[in-house]
Amino acid sequence: MTRYAMVIDTLTCVGCGDCVTACKTENQMPDGLTRDWVVETTTGEYPNLSTEFRSERCNHCSHATCVYVCPTGASHFWRDTNIVLVDSGKCTGCKACIAACPYDARLIMHPEGYVDKCTFCHHRVENGLDPACVSTCPTHCMHFGVLDDPAGKVSTLLRTRNYKTLLQETGNEPNVYYLT
Amino acid sequence: MIEEVLVTLRANPKIDPVLSTWSWEVPLYLFLGGLAAGIMFFAAIMVLANRQREAPFVTEKLVLWTVILLSVGMAALFLDLSHRWYVFRFYTAFRPSSPMSWGSWILIIIYPICLLQILSTFRQGYPNLARRLERFDIGALALDLSERFRRRIAWISIPFALALGIYTGLLLNTLVARPFWNTAILPVLFLVSALSTAAALTILGTSIKGERNLFTQIDFSLIAVEIFLVLLLVIDLSTGSQVQLAALDLILGGRYTVGFWLLFFSIGLLIPILLEGRELLRKSTSAFYLAPLFVLIGGYLLRQVVMNIGLHSSWVDYANQFDPQLLQLLQ
Amino acid sequence: MTGCAAGVRRPGTGELTVSPTICDICFWKCAGIVYKDGGEPWKVVGNPNDLHSRGRLCTRGTAGLGAYLDPDRLKTPLLRVDNNGNQRFKPVSWDEALEFIAARLRKLASDHGPEKLALFSHGSGGGHFKHLLQAYGSRSFVAPSFAQCRGPREVAFKLTYGEGVGSPDRTDMEHSRCIVLIGSHIGENLHNSQVQTFAAALHKKAKLITVDPRFSVPAGKSDYWLPIKPGTDIALLLAWMHVLIQEDLYDRDYVTRYTHGFTELKEHVRKFTPEWAYPITAIPAARIRETARVMAANAPATLIHPGRHVAWYGDDTQRLRAVAILNALLGSWGRPGGYYQQEKVALPNYPIPEYPKITARVQDANRGKYPEAYAGVSTAVFDASIGPDALYKAWIVYGTNLPLTVPGVAGRLQEAADSLDLIVAIDIQPCEVTGYADVILPECTYLERYDTLRNAPERRPSLALRMPAFKPKYDSKPGWWIAKQLGKRLGLGDYFPWKDYTEVLEWQLKQVGSSLAEMKKTGVKVFPRTTPMYFTEGTDIEFNTPTGKIEIYSTQLAKLGFDPLPKYSAHQEPPPDYYRLNYGRAPAHTFGRTQNNKYLFEIMPENVIWVHPTVARKWDLENGRYVRLKNQDGVESNRIRIRVTERIRPDSVFMAHGFGHTAEGLRLASGRGADDAALITNIPHDPIMGASGMRANFVTFLEDEV
Repeated sequence: MTRYAMVIDTLTCVGCGDCVTACKTENQMPDGLTRDWVVETTTGEYPNLSTEFRSERCNHCSHATCVYVCPTGASHFWRDTNIVLVDSGKCTGCKACIAACPYDARLIMHPEGYVDKCTFCHHRVENGLDPACVSTCPTHCMHFGVLDDPAGKVSTLLRTRNYKTLLQETGNEPNVYYLT
Repeated sequence: MIEEVLVTLRANPKIDPVLSTWSWEVPLYLFLGGLAAGIMFFAAIMVLANRQREAPFVTEKLVLWTVILLSVGMAALFLDLSHRWYVFRFYTAFRPSSPMSWGSWILIIIYPICLLQILSTFRQGYPNLARRLERFDIGALALDLSERFRRRIAWISIPFALALGIYTGLLLNTLVARPFWNTAILPVLFLVSALSTAAALTILGTSIKGERNLFTQIDFSLIAVEIFLVLLLVIDLSTGSQVQLAALDLILGGRYTVGFWLLFFSIGLLIPILLEGRELLRKSTSAFYLAPLFVLIGGYLLRQVVMNIGLHSSWVDYANQFDPQLLQLLQ
Repeated sequence: MTGCAAGVRRPGTGELTVSPTICDICFWKCAGIVYKDGGEPWKVVGNPNDLHSRGRLCTRGTAGLGAYLDPDRLKTPLLRVDNNGNQRFKPVSWDEALEFIAARLRKLASDHGPEKLALFSHGSGGGHFKHLLQAYGSRSFVAPSFAQCRGPREVAFKLTYGEGVGSPDRTDMEHSRCIVLIGSHIGENLHNSQVQTFAAALHKKAKLITVDPRFSVPAGKSDYWLPIKPGTDIALLLAWMHVLIQEDLYDRDYVTRYTHGFTELKEHVRKFTPEWAYPITAIPAARIRETARVMAANAPATLIHPGRHVAWYGDDTQRLRAVAILNALLGSWGRPGGYYQQEKVALPNYPIPEYPKITARVQDANRGKYPEAYAGVSTAVFDASIGPDALYKAWIVYGTNLPLTVPGVAGRLQEAADSLDLIVAIDIQPCEVTGYADVILPECTYLERYDTLRNAPERRPSLALRMPAFKPKYDSKPGWWIAKQLGKRLGLGDYFPWKDYTEVLEWQLKQVGSSLAEMKKTGVKVFPRTTPMYFTEGTDIEFNTPTGKIEIYSTQLAKLGFDPLPKYSAHQEPPPDYYRLNYGRAPAHTFGRTQNNKYLFEIMPENVIWVHPTVARKWDLENGRYVRLKNQDGVESNRIRIRVTERIRPDSVFMAHGFGHTAEGLRLASGRGADDAALITNIPHDPIMGASGMRANFVTFLEDEV
């Protein structure tokens, strides 16, 4: 299995939301629905403060509970990778995957009714491009690549920097990493 | 102090601010499925215990309702689907890792078992309908055969009834992402509740004193077990992870405190066990229908309340800075 | 939906067409590429050859299609008619609208003279109308980017170095080893290449020192955050100078070779010790010393950033002078990591007849004040448009939503409209100012038009092309066409000898060895530099100042009777129960121009008011509740949502600028959030160049009665 990972540097992210608009236009998302979002966490009391910005989306987990819970195989791993996609032609809209995702990262595609989510822009990845959010980020804080390549960009970053993943304790083995 | 806010507005329908993917349809299915499982179970047990005569209502009459209740439940499930014309996809794949896939295939097997169970006592329960069925050779044959194998059918029914009853709780329990459901007590509680509601429906429907008395005793014990299980559930969650503690807070002072304790626990368990206790002590039989009615309402409320609490309990809790309702202007 | 083969949507599988553009969602003018998928608008992305965008557009640029797709856009020319005492706008033909304007302007020229016409403009299409104005006989153009924004810094740097910072700013952040931000919240203001070079410095672990009363985004990334008491920046700057000089940390060679007036400065700052500054600024003396040493240790690659919106307190030129002087002490001007030398392309103008000679200047509106205002002061032009002795009788307002842009005019626009003979509003959307116009002309968006070539001062000279990706929607027209049509009707056809603007572009591009065909393919053409980007070490340089040196001591200010060296003076404190109104940019919006863009509305549909938890407790405010604000002069705001956060000082509140629209035509934006500009009614003007001090206002909370 080829593992794709996104590595996001919270130290340079300014929380501008460009990743969100890039995703919306690239993927022609319906009004009001979003596949990614930006979270700001502030810790401390004035003036002893720290702030962290995180661009969040589906974590394309290696242990993807959403895929396992899907009764029809609509939620699936793309071409022996960890990229989790939903096949709208197989999705019944039972919403089990939504409830199974600890990140609340899935959404119902209105008005069609099937479940939709971040695709890591697999249509770009298969052409050797970065996902739209990564390729537009004005602070260059987002990186994308194959985790199994030890010399690759993302592996190098994870080797040389401190990082965390979200809700590791769920055991979902998320593949979006945050440099701290 | 930690302040965590969404920088970009996020208001995905039915996901934000809390999950509301499922409304009344799934709880209704869980309730009806449980009820059907309970009826199957008791009908089979009575047959195997050779007590069909003493409990004719559940073994001969009520058993017909298993397919009706299941069908209504499945109709509710169908209504819940948001991409519903793709429902056939449930049966173009079997996903061993998916409880819902198991559930849909189990139902496929349970339907014929229910039918056999119905046929096996059909002549006693519904003589007029049975006579009409006998007009067809195949109908008569089916009735003869299923009557002959009545005990074997009952034997087969029991594991499937239990599977269905447990499954209704397992369905939620396996969704690890919802901390409130993430306790092994839940499937057992749902199973016991399923049996209890079936017993209550029997009490309510039977005109035979013995049967009513028997099932009141059974129900009394089941409710007692349920009360014990609810306390176990609280203890289990209270020794759990941080998110489970947060989930427990929803019923211990949080927004579902009234729903859980007053609606489900009091109406569904406390009041009926008191009423049934009085009846068993022969203090009063005048309002015998009240206790089972409460049990049935409580059975539904259990599933609805547990459903809502579970959807509400989450690993992430992000607050929007901006009013999400403003997105309606885009419509 | 395209590409459903596997049941997973794959966008971009139709026939793809691309065309170059220059983004107009803000004024940074990033070059971009517009994609159409099967003939339908798909996306706009950055042009990789462009220094402004470096291949990446910002949040707003990425959402550029929202402007094109906006169903609330102006659709046809509109003429104000009186319908039994009710004013309303009637859709008219372009002929009727243009003829109406031309008739009024012909009458204006004969009755009062053409210099009575003023142009408010902002954005790249303004050039067409400046051209029209000059041909007509007026030089009175004014942009809020001067008096409401970066004018003080341009004037201060001109006084000190003989030239301004320019835009895009000549800050060499990608090479900086230390960056000092003073009230500048880079990241929240999302000027594309500025953010990119700032991030590059962060990636390289440059030291970051942020001076801001608010825990801004860059404050959160800083090695040193100095939560300064609002309004006391000059005291801090003077104390820093004191440390650099007292501890002999300044760039002695640079100062000796290039500057004038160091001795006076040394004497001037002798008493401004960090201990003196501490009670004023609330920054401990040791912290002031430590940060000064960090700056010196990294000099000359230490950038004291000049900021952009610096019109704060009425002594802004002096504060920016202090910034300029501090840079000079560190030797960062003209050095890598400090300020580089910009270069443009030597692009000739299309040959046209000479403009008529006129003596009236836009500075006449200043009525003898603001001697260093080298550009128009918008508030002064506004004031000079009202009353019997008004200097202006007609306005063209191009893409400038005055009430949200120029403080203090919101309540007086009707007065101005009554006094003026004509207001023409040219815009893409029906905003507040268009409601006061006599005629409204719908311009098409940047995605539907040709425009002037972008020739911006940059690291490397380059040209960029804007061309239409789509046909103009509705009955909207490009700015160049509108200007030409008006010119023709005013008998100024000779000034518009082209049939189509592509003739101008073709001619200009030919002069620099390119062609329109080439530019349509590449979008951007980068030219080699002909001058060095930094000072050559050890050589003397003639600065464009009276002394030919970097004027630490400003001989020009001395001559005009202003302080030749910056001084600190105290500013007003908030009255009891009032909080200083701090405002700023949000990365999702450009001023008040993008709130109706559906993509940007979707991520930020309203602004919120930041309050400190102690303030929230005192006023019983909670997250998500709506309140109204009232300023010291009794002006009330629209309802605004509370955000309780530790990121703000207990004596201040903060909101993003650009919200609180009242124009009903903006169906998404109207009524969403509060407008800071309307709450700015106490406006100390900078006596040197006329900037509007916008940080001298205080607000308190009112219950929202909705």
